[in-house]
Amino acid sequence: MAHSVRRDAPELPDFSLLKRLARDQLIYLLEQLPGRKDLFIEADLMSPLDRIANVTTLKQHDVDKLYKVEHKPIVSTSDQTVRGCFLYPLTNWFLFPDVVNADKAFGRFRRYKIIFSPQKFYACENLLEEQGIFGDVTTDEWSFYLLPLDDDIISLELPEFFRDYFLEGDQRWVRTAGSALHLLHSVYGPFSKVYGIGRCSKMAYESWREQVEEGEQRARQAEIGNVFLIDRDVDLVTPLCSQVVYEGLVDDIFRIKCGCVEFCPDVTSSDKSIKVMLNSQDKVFNEIRNEHFSQVFGFLSQKARNLQTAYDKRSGMDIKQMKTFVSEELKGLKQEHRLLSLHIGASESMMKKKTKQDFQELLKTEHSLLEGFEIRECISYIEEHINRQVSMVESMRLLCLLSLTENGLLPKDYRSLKNQFLQSYGIEHLLTFSNLKQLGLLVEQQPGETLTVMESRVGKLVNDKTAGKLTDAFSSLAKKSNFRALGRRLNLVPKSDEEYDLRVPRDMAYIFSGAYIPLSCKLIEQVLERDGWTGLEEVTRMLNGHEFAVTGKTRKGNTQSLKFIVVTTAITNSARLLESMLDNHA
Amino acid sequence: MWREHKHVFSISNVFKLKESKRAVNSIRSLVEEEDEEDDVEKVSWSGEPVGSISWSVKETESSIRSTGEVRDQSFPKIHTAPSLPKNSSGYSLSSLFKEHSEKLLTSLILYLLDCRWSVHDDVILLWQDYVSDWTPEETVKRMQQGKVYSLEKFRSLQDKLLLLDEAVNAHDGNVITAVLIYLKKSLSKEILFRELITREIALRHYIHYLKEIGEQKLLLMQYRDHLNVRDENKRRDFLKNCLSFPFSPDDATHVQDHYTLLERQIIIEANDKQVESSGQADIFKKYPRKASILNMPIITTLYYSCFYHYGESDGTFSSPANIRKTFRISDKQFLLTCLGARAKLKAWFDVDALFTTKNWLGYTKKRSPIGFHRIVDILQKNNAPVQVLQDYVNLVEDVEQKISLAQKYKCHDVIINTYRDLKDRQQLIVYRGKVERSSSEYRKIEEILSNSVRW
Repeated sequence: MAHSVRRDAPELPDFSLLKRLARDQLIYLLEQLPGRKDLFIEADLMSPLDRIANVTTLKQHDVDKLYKVEHKPIVSTSDQTVRGCFLYPLTNWFLFPDVVNADKAFGRFRRYKIIFSPQKFYACENLLEEQGIFGDVTTDEWSFYLLPLDDDIISLELPEFFRDYFLEGDQRWVRTAGSALHLLHSVYGPFSKVYGIGRCSKMAYESWREQVEEGEQRARQAEIGNVFLIDRDVDLVTPLCSQVVYEGLVDDIFRIKCGCVEFCPDVTSSDKSIKVMLNSQDKVFNEIRNEHFSQVFGFLSQKARNLQTAYDKRSGMDIKQMKTFVSEELKGLKQEHRLLSLHIGASESMMKKKTKQDFQELLKTEHSLLEGFEIRECISYIEEHINRQVSMVESMRLLCLLSLTENGLLPKDYRSLKNQFLQSYGIEHLLTFSNLKQLGLLVEQQPGETLTVMESRVGKLVNDKTAGKLTDAFSSLAKKSNFRALGRRLNLVPKSDEEYDLRVPRDMAYIFSGAYIPLSCKLIEQVLERDGWTGLEEVTRMLNGHEFAVTGKTRKGNTQSLKFIVVTTAITNSARLLESMLDNHA
Repeated sequence: MWREHKHVFSISNVFKLKESKRAVNSIRSLVEEEDEEDDVEKVSWSGEPVGSISWSVKETESSIRSTGEVRDQSFPKIHTAPSLPKNSSGYSLSSLFKEHSEKLLTSLILYLLDCRWSVHDDVILLWQDYVSDWTPEETVKRMQQGKVYSLEKFRSLQDKLLLLDEAVNAHDGNVITAVLIYLKKSLSKEILFRELITREIALRHYIHYLKEIGEQKLLLMQYRDHLNVRDENKRRDFLKNCLSFPFSPDDATHVQDHYTLLERQIIIEANDKQVESSGQADIFKKYPRKASILNMPIITTLYYSCFYHYGESDGTFSSPANIRKTFRISDKQFLLTCLGARAKLKAWFDVDALFTTKNWLGYTKKRSPIGFHRIVDILQKNNAPVQVLQDYVNLVEDVEQKISLAQKYKCHDVIINTYRDLKDRQQLIVYRGKVERSSSEYRKIEEILSNSVRW
């Protein structure tokens, strides 16, 4: 996305405020426990916590030592009555009683407090009660709902949301989402308009409204105008496509975690890994993050040449000039140099990895799937991918893409591919298949029983022509994912015979080399253009409905160009999405 | 009106409000102040940022390790544990206040009532009963807000179900589960399930809850438990036990396969371990096994068998043919795996034999269930020499693809012969420019070009 920031675009709100809110509350919670205490932190919460408070802050509030929560007896050098304070993001809470009981078995007594983040669940407390440690252990919650990862990206850091809601059907995070909205609303609202699609979005919206009504309201300068809520399962194709812009590739290959990436020695050309924060503060990264990978090299080498010229200025300087150079420019240049060499290193390493796995051929298959072209060839490509035991997650990703774009696999194909998958990657993946099926990510086409019954009935009544039309209508109702129809209706898959110039992106498809416009983005565009869902009835029906649009009290004119802020339950990509479906670890 | 009061009196609410208000206000004014100490930029370029949480945790870990795992765990001085004040537990602290405030409220209202109508003691009792007698809707709301609540009042099945439905309507999974925990304690399993059947959302919450506390397991979850069994013999027995579960026919086949696979792996492993340590077989000496074959996928097992047990008779468990048959491995899959293993060993003769078929006249012909261009690719990835590669490049049917592959892997003979057969003199001349003058390829091109009969 060439950064053509329009001048009439509004300023972004200052989201660092959210961090301060979270930090203040954490400090408040720590102060509730006077005296020295050890803090045990669940692994998943470490990175987010790192963004909120540092060790100095914690130490100032009498935190003695920091530990990672491991579910084994606590080894602490501190005296026996030390308080242990646990920060839990609720993933492994049910293992907690073992810790306390192990302690009791050793005849030691510690005071424990569990601080759940972002909220506690009744089920947790019930477990403490059942285990007879309710009272020995006190609980609290740290309402740490929103973590700004960048100027315009905010995350709830709840990767478990996806699995819990969409796979298990557990709505425990719905109110959390509502509360997060409530927080945004009370700090940056009021919102002028809320649009949404999907059952979960609607519930989150309702939960938020309820919380608004419960609390008091203040008139404030609105910093966020329109809000668009969208369920993850409205658009599952997008996260499953290979990413080809720089940031996406870095995420796919090195894994960006909480806005941070660890570059391996391969990239840093030294003997150790380096952790790097990737956000708009990194000037080099900021310029290439949204560029198609093929454009990145040219950009980086240009940048390197400029840097060289800047360094070269030194020759021919007299002492005084040199002094100014060193004091004013050198630091910046050095910083840029470091960044540049890192991103060049990363690009090289990614290039190597991608050539090794025949990335081009993989992309070709993906694009064919999106276009619905040469499906048999795609299937045999996937088959070979499985047969050769190449990356399991990749194989699974391709299978899911096939299923989503083709409205499920033919029973014969499903059985054969599943069989080969289990042979190649282990039979315990039976569970994975069952999960993917439950979620609708990888399904078998159902023989249209109801369909044929309807057809034959209708066929008797009317002539062939009408029956044909009716059949079309029925089949679009009978199918779950309507990718093809949606693609046609919203023009998501640009025609492949046209040359796509990646240097001058003409639409959002450039992020997938011109092969596909992300459905969710297209939806937002359409709804904002129409100022609602009018005219999109067919689309929403294919997406399973639950769309809504609510206008608030204050209305702002839509004349300004917009700036988008992304708020997400968690930043996902194909690997994270699919790995959350795995059940194959003990 | 009194309800509104209660609202305000609820401690957690007051706290939340005060907290966020205080925080927001303080921040608004603070934002301008410079206090950027612990801001984002802290990440240094030298590995872990000093002072970051993860850094500090690592420090603690290493200090523990260096002090020798801290042995104070073994028999510490028994401490007479100070008993914790009862009210320090979760809700009770706030509930203490709440009860207080509620009583206060009650008496306040009662006082007001008293002014108008004189109220007797038993009316007061009635009134107090009424206070905790919240409707399902009120109860759910209170639970959502973290206030005191009581579920014991919901005793009739109808009341219980009303409460459950109300929780479902509120879209709060946390509360739904809380209600379900209560129903689980106060209803028989049969009744509860009977009612849940018609309530899908609640049912799914219930199943998820049972799954999380490890109480109830769905069919596949029970099978999944084999992952927790470490010992291979016990694991095999566990899987054998699974065979009797009522899986779908498809899944049943897979579970059966799993059992058979592990059973064989145990036999193969025991045998090969013994053979390897006794130093009887060359193959193990030359290529020592890197890991045990236990719990590997079928295809890995097949690869292993093609690597270490090639040419064994069909009757042995470890032979490739037997594995192929037992697990119904497709031709394509078998070929790919076998090819990989034999190519790794540079057993080019075996590779050749994989593709050779004889027809009834005794002529041999090379055939493959997958395109020869893929075969070339796989061989090349296994470092096959040009002499081997070119045989397979030659078998590629598409001429263009053949030439491009030949060029990629420098199979000069294939290129020259192809151009010769195509009678493409021009291309031959171009190609002559690409090879070295002193090479045999150069001479060969010269020879062809000068052979006037051809052109």
